Amino acid sequence: MANQTQSPQIVFRTEGVTKVYDTGEVKVFALAGVDLQLYAGELTVLLGPSGSGKSTLLNILGGLDHATEGRVWFKDIELTKMGDRQLTRFRREYVGFIFQFYNLVASLSARENVALVTDIAPNPMTPEQALDIVGLSHRLDHFPAELSGGEQQRVAIARAIAKRPEVLLCDEPTGALDSKTGVQVLEALDRINREFGTTTAVITHAAEIRKMAHRVIRFQDGHINAVEVNETRVAPHEIEW
Amino acid sequence: MRALERKLFRDFFRLWAQGLAIALVLACGVSIFLMSFGMFLALTDTRDAYYERNRFADVFASLRRAPKSLIPEIEAIEGVYAVEARVSGSAILDLPGKVESAVGQLISLPVSGPPALNVPLLRSGRPPDPQAPDEVMVNEPFAEANGYVPGDIFHANLNGSRRPLTITGTALSPEFIYTIGPGDMMPDAEGFGILWMSEPALAAAFDMDGAFNDVTLKLSRDANIEEVIDTLDALLDPYGAQGAYGRDQQVSNAFIDGELRQLQSMAYVLPPVFFGITVFLVNMVIGRIVALERAEIGLMKAIGYSDVEVCLHYLALAGLIAAVGIGAGFALGSWFAHWLAVLYANFFNFPYLIFSVSADAYVIAGGLGAATAAIGAIRAALAAARLPPAVAMAPPAPPNYKQSLFDRLLALARLSQPTIMILRNIVRWPLRAGLTSLGLALAVAVLVASAFFEDALDEMIDAAFYKSNRQDAMLILTDEVRDTALAEVARLPGALQVEGAQYYGAVLRSGHREKRVSVEGRPEAADLVRIVDADGRVIGAPRDGVLLSKRLAGQLEVGPGDPVTIEFLGGRRETHEVPVAGIVTQYLGLAAYMETGTLNRLMRQAPRITVANLTLDPAERDAFHMAVKDIPGLAGTVMLGDTLEAFQDTIEQNITISTIIYVAIAVLITVGVTYNSVRIQLSERARDLASLRILGFTTGEVSYILIGETALLVLFAQPLGWFLGTMLAAAMVAGFESDLYTIPLVLNRDTFTWASCVVLAASAGAALIVGRRLNTLNLIEVMKTRE
Ligand SMILES: Nc1ncnc2c1ncn2[C@@H]1O[C@H](COP(=O)(O)OP(=O)(O)O)[C@@H](O)[C@H]1O
Ligand SMILES: [Mg+2]
Repeated sequence: MANQTQSPQIVFRTEGVTKVYDTGEVKVFALAGVDLQLYAGELTVLLGPSGSGKSTLLNILGGLDHATEGRVWFKDIELTKMGDRQLTRFRREYVGFIFQFYNLVASLSARENVALVTDIAPNPMTPEQALDIVGLSHRLDHFPAELSGGEQQRVAIARAIAKRPEVLLCDEPTGALDSKTGVQVLEALDRINREFGTTTAVITHAAEIRKMAHRVIRFQDGHINAVEVNETRVAPHEIEW
Repeated sequence: MRALERKLFRDFFRLWAQGLAIALVLACGVSIFLMSFGMFLALTDTRDAYYERNRFADVFASLRRAPKSLIPEIEAIEGVYAVEARVSGSAILDLPGKVESAVGQLISLPVSGPPALNVPLLRSGRPPDPQAPDEVMVNEPFAEANGYVPGDIFHANLNGSRRPLTITGTALSPEFIYTIGPGDMMPDAEGFGILWMSEPALAAAFDMDGAFNDVTLKLSRDANIEEVIDTLDALLDPYGAQGAYGRDQQVSNAFIDGELRQLQSMAYVLPPVFFGITVFLVNMVIGRIVALERAEIGLMKAIGYSDVEVCLHYLALAGLIAAVGIGAGFALGSWFAHWLAVLYANFFNFPYLIFSVSADAYVIAGGLGAATAAIGAIRAALAAARLPPAVAMAPPAPPNYKQSLFDRLLALARLSQPTIMILRNIVRWPLRAGLTSLGLALAVAVLVASAFFEDALDEMIDAAFYKSNRQDAMLILTDEVRDTALAEVARLPGALQVEGAQYYGAVLRSGHREKRVSVEGRPEAADLVRIVDADGRVIGAPRDGVLLSKRLAGQLEVGPGDPVTIEFLGGRRETHEVPVAGIVTQYLGLAAYMETGTLNRLMRQAPRITVANLTLDPAERDAFHMAVKDIPGLAGTVMLGDTLEAFQDTIEQNITISTIIYVAIAVLITVGVTYNSVRIQLSERARDLASLRILGFTTGEVSYILIGETALLVLFAQPLGWFLGTMLAAAMVAGFESDLYTIPLVLNRDTFTWASCVVLAASAGAALIVGRRLNTLNLIEVMKTRE
């Protein structure tokens, strides 16, 4: 507690988090005791092979899922003590999510997909502002089917940031994109992290992407293998994978 | 508008075809409910208001002749609130310019002013002058049908003397909302009229000075009607009473009651069928959408929409479908109700024509429609609400097909892969397959039940007119006469064959059960008017007892050989015990037959007749009609050919309209179920089917997989539909059965074939509409989209 004043503020903290999937025949330990901290304003990259538990952890942090054991705090609030109703409020107010498969609502235009969030968030920007930040001012009224993969993901980012979230949780945001469009998405994330100071966690299994992070957490079989802090960060457009 | 609401409306418009198919099925239920229940309320209210305002009596009795001094005694009966004693009679009318005679029922009007009960409502002109001997007021339908206005004159044979009568005005009465002449099957406004005449004039014509032969009572609220009737019967007994009865046996009221019962059973039976199908379809469609939108549901929750909001979102989608259905149901139902009101206007003579459907009926119908959609959607909506967001974001596990005995059987049967796909899918979703078949079976059932109705009426007409009543004319006498009068009837111009019959009002009893009917006496070997059993067998009137119609025997709970007591209401008012000689299944009325000789011996009198039946030489019809107008003691004539024609016309019109409605209903159900079923197949299997296309299957082969399952279910539905249709028809027979008529359960192969053809054609059409989409299926797109 004493050194809290010197180091940056901790946004997420977990203690011995486990997640067990009981499929009947076998028990899968998706998370086998995870202790981690995510710091305010930092962009953290979670690296690890497929199946190592990254998504499971991110879902628990974002209040989408419950841990089997262990405790999770968002600032001073203990998420593991919350019921579904409180978690819904928590997500509504603090968290922005971005997923690999964009998850846009097909029957809503870009602007309306963002409005889906601004309709219910307490202090949102306008959908137009959010789309402008990701460079899609000229695509406001296009439907998902009329947008490229990279554009769709940027709409998803606009939707995530439109509520001015404290944290941005991104699960393989470039996973479905080629490297060139992936870079555009990463640039948008980087810019939001810089300009708004939004605490950001990005899952990826493309190791090169770690170079843009403040901090890199490596995953293996439901454990944290290593945590590295980057002295110098590389801009997204210099990364290739 | 919020983004979620936009999504709602866009989804709704994207689903328009499926939504419309469901909405129309719902609209059927809502509209039929609205019509039957709305009309039930409207008819009840209109009738009650009319009865109240014009003081319709509670008890009715007719008798031969009683002095007016008896009236105070009637008034003194406990529970009697008001008494109206009248003179009534019947007369053959000779209408100017008409060959055929008409029949008039005469009713006296008190000198002092309007009667205390059954107050006629003046429609035009004025009531007859109390002092004028030859003035009458007639019922409005009679005047309109014959084109009469006040001032017109016609002739009447009043108790044997031909007199001109001047019409002073027209009126309507709560006693004659449904006006049917003696021996008629249908109202005939042209041939049967109600004539109100001032009491002195009518009493003079019928030798009733200082006397009455008809009395009606209004009871106080807490009166016991059975006791009043018993006391009245005892009081009137010495005066040739025919037995008093309540509103339930008053002809006009009984017909309206029958109509109300039909409306009520319609409101209870048909709408639930449609609501049930709607629940199933909504459940299927919303369930599918929730499955398709799994990821979107996860997303909504991830960004902070609550479970309740997600649940409401899908309920609202069903709500929009319901709104369209209810709206269409209201429009359709109002139109049906209007149509029915017009139909009623032909049968029922109310002074006010406003049969408007009340707001209550709309509220209840709308509420039922909304509840139906909510029940249908709630399962899927709750599933969406309960879906954990982390699970929703992950792709769904592939459906859990497992090896089973069934699969080994399939392998043994060496079926083609597409056929195996079809059969597996049915076995995998047995409830859905079962309900799809059930829905289609209900469409078949609706058609069977409506087509049955037409056959049943044909059968009734055949039995009543071609097998039983083969006479051309029926002469109804005011009083019974010796059967020697038949010789005079035979001398009428054109008369070919003549036969007498006797009708006596009587109460039949067995134990504590009793029924007021008329006992018919007829020659054992009667040829013109025969007793024919449902199987076509001609039965002679029995010499050793009484032959009862099946319904009457059922009501008295007697069988052949059991004794029944017969209390004759006319003549000497004797009571006799006779055995039940047999039971005959008949469609019209409640009959009790005896051989005329036996009947007269029982009454210790020489053979008599009250009705003469005859066949006519068509060439001499006019001469016959002329002669009939001058016969004294004739209460009425019935020309059976005319009756049959009127009956068939009315029925044909109604059958055509109702057949159109029922076919439309069945087609809507079929299209609703088939279209949604195939559409959901397509949605669930688009990827499989696209893969098959890429592997080189033809569009035809792929269509077979898509439509095959539904086609199989349509076939399953046929025998089930025949069975349900038979049940439905039997339920209708039971629901419509009344003392007036019983509908025979006639089902033949044509009915089943026809019903199946309509449903097969409609479902083929619906399936093809979806099938067409297969040709335009974009293979690449389908494979690319993640599901
Ligand atoms: N709903 C589930 N049921 C059973 N096992 C699951 C479920 N979700 C994830 N898993 C398992 O948990 C482990 C971790 O999964 P996940 O967190 O998605 O890994 P990553 O995102 O690192 O690829 C994997 O072995 C996966 O199979
Ligand atoms: Mg993952």
